[in-house]
Amino acid sequence: MKTERLKTDILIIGGGTAGCYAALTISENSDAKVLICEKAHIKRSGCLAAGVNALNAYIVEGKTPQDYVDYAKKDADNIVREDLLLTMSERLNAVTKRLEQLGLVILKDKNGRYVTRGNRNLKINGENIKPILANAVKKLPNIDVLNRVNITDFFVKNNRINGAFGFGIEDETFYIIEANAVIVATGGAAGLYKPNNPGFSRHKMWYPPFNTGAGYAMGIKAGAEMTTFEMRFIALRCKDTIAPTGTLAQGVGAKQINSLGEVYEEKYGITTSQRVYGTVNENQQGRGPCYLQTEGITAEQDNSLKKAYLNMAPSQTLKWIESGKNPSEQNVEIEGTEPYIVGGHTASGYWVDTKRATTVKGLFAAGDVAGGCPQKYVTGALAEGEIAALSAINFVNENNSVPIDEALIEEHIEEAERFLTDNNSHFTTEQLEEAMQTVMDSYAGGIKTNYRFNEKQLDIADEKIVDILKLSENLYAEDFQELMYIYELRERLIVCRSVIAHLKARKETRWHSFAENLDYPDKDDKNFLKYVNSRYQDGKIRIILRDLVEGGTVYEHSY
Amino acid sequence: MSIAIDKDKCIGCGKCHTVCPGSLIKIGEDKKAFIKYPKDCWGCTSCIKECPVYAIKFYLGADIGGMGTFAHTEKDGYILKWIFEHPNGENSEIEINQKESNKY
Ligand SMILES: Cc1cc2nc3c(=O)[nH]c(=O)nc-3n(C[C@H](O)[C@H](O)[C@H](O)COP(=O)(O)OP(=O)(O)OC[C@H]3O[C@@H](n4cnc5c(N)ncnc54)[C@H](O)[C@@H]3O)c2cc1C
Ligand code: SF4
Ligand code: SF4
Repeated sequence: MKTERLKTDILIIGGGTAGCYAALTISENSDAKVLICEKAHIKRSGCLAAGVNALNAYIVEGKTPQDYVDYAKKDADNIVREDLLLTMSERLNAVTKRLEQLGLVILKDKNGRYVTRGNRNLKINGENIKPILANAVKKLPNIDVLNRVNITDFFVKNNRINGAFGFGIEDETFYIIEANAVIVATGGAAGLYKPNNPGFSRHKMWYPPFNTGAGYAMGIKAGAEMTTFEMRFIALRCKDTIAPTGTLAQGVGAKQINSLGEVYEEKYGITTSQRVYGTVNENQQGRGPCYLQTEGITAEQDNSLKKAYLNMAPSQTLKWIESGKNPSEQNVEIEGTEPYIVGGHTASGYWVDTKRATTVKGLFAAGDVAGGCPQKYVTGALAEGEIAALSAINFVNENNSVPIDEALIEEHIEEAERFLTDNNSHFTTEQLEEAMQTVMDSYAGGIKTNYRFNEKQLDIADEKIVDILKLSENLYAEDFQELMYIYELRERLIVCRSVIAHLKARKETRWHSFAENLDYPDKDDKNFLKYVNSRYQDGKIRIILRDLVEGGTVYEHSY
Repeated sequence: MSIAIDKDKCIGCGKCHTVCPGSLIKIGEDKKAFIKYPKDCWGCTSCIKECPVYAIKFYLGADIGGMGTFAHTEKDGYILKWIFEHPNGENSEIEINQKESNKY
């Protein structure tokens, strides 16, 4: 098998939103050597592949960064890191300006001011937002990009990162990358739970099915402290196409109604989790299906909607066309998705300090992989990419790199080679993925149980996930793409275990649907105005309850 | 949803293969692109927008309401034209000016 050894100052894992912006920031502020490893190709990888329709996080005129913090805190019912939210919010407008300079089209009024949508959003033409970022990166001299290289493990010794291990799925090469600092920006995790349509359209999900939680799993394996995995994200989406609903709600003012035509959102509240919960409940009580009320909008609105969706979720426009009816002629049915783990929407991910340093020395995290800071969206991911980059520059200026332990290198290569040679598994990777999704769906609060669970079920879930992890050790890969699928499955399984442990540790129900524990159906402020954190040590997940970092204070690691 | 590649139109430039965020498209020995894992398609349409000869179309699976219509794009400067080929043989179109931002 081919093996290549590379050395860089700063390794960026994941050339998505946060990863690309981190690279830009480093290039503008230092001459450190940067290497981006991206499992796909930076031109269209990750969340932004299809384009986005708005910048969801922006401080509009008359509002302050603190207002944004307050909003996110309320939406998550207090379980946020205000220090992280504030340091992110303070950068939102500057990164927006930079995106515009790079070529993003932002809608402006007659006076040249950005047109806002609601309190925090900017209207853009974001179809080509990822190529814009990728082009900017390509032009820079001190940045190398390795596309189609999937990273699977960090090299860590004495809690200090030395680099990472991965393999090229097309050049069929193992990569050993030595780096002084590493920025992990691999996004969140989709595909843990059984999706809405598990058959032919199983990947027609909201979050990219190719973001498999690699960054979380690598951190867990390396003993990094993680936070708030129990705050799952469930999106309320257009049924089947899983297209976003915000454009309907905010664009044409469509209300959430049940099959009797009653507007039900006021009954349950308007936080993200309450909207999902309301829809689940209306269905359970026999008043489904639920819709966004678009009947009666104008023909002009029909056209604008069809165009808007072609830019960000074209299957929704195709669905209107297939049904032979415009949105003005039929309400749009909505449903909750399967749960995702995504730190850009909720607060799951690495436990970081305000520098976006993780608890592993030299490892920084940004974007959906970083915890504590929900409602980041595109601009928040850029802001965190910028902060992580500046911190990584400081780090490499102050620290010398540490060579990778040869024994660890051997271990990783041997493991990968075993998957490529030992062909004695009863099961395929796909079968075990199905098994995992079925377990999570049935016992860890999936769609099947209306997102609800109890402790007994969680115990069963963990037992079964451990079994599947065991089975996965014997999987066989024909080629390096299949090898990637094995690693993706195994990283999902590792993330599943942490999610289950976190769900079990929060013995209350603070967020309906996101973490609805039937053994503890009420909120318990006395005991759970706390972060549920965890560390993986000697094969066990150890839970750590931490006090909230209150507004006006900051948390920094003391290692 | 998934995509279908028209082998007769494909010139084997490899652009679709480059952009697919799931690395699902491969170039065959006949130098033509094919989707190796159709069930794994996310439906992001990146490949469709890249193809210089408009050889890639997308469709909805029957499990999410597909009725047999195929969609693809053609580009003329800043105008992105979406073309829908219906099962009855008729076509319809929607044009988008990429210089303009979305109304919503
Ligand atoms: C469909 C969708 C629509 C959205 N719409 C909007 C919107 O309209 N407005 C808004 O503000 N926000 C929107 N968001 C949210 C926003 O896009 C994300 O929060 C943000 O882009 C996340 O950035 P990221 O860098 O963390 O992840 P990504 O941009 O997904 O980057 C992660 C990268 O890591 C790579 N990667 C993963 N694993 C590995 C590995 N093991 N090795 C190497 N590389 C790896 C991936 O391929 C990817 O390129 C949307 C999100 C989705 C999914
Ligand atoms: S639509 Fe997206 S995920 Fe599907 S094949 Fe094309 S590029 Fe890949
Ligand atoms: S982009 Fe179009 S022409 Fe080029 S390889 Fe793909 S299908 Fe063929």
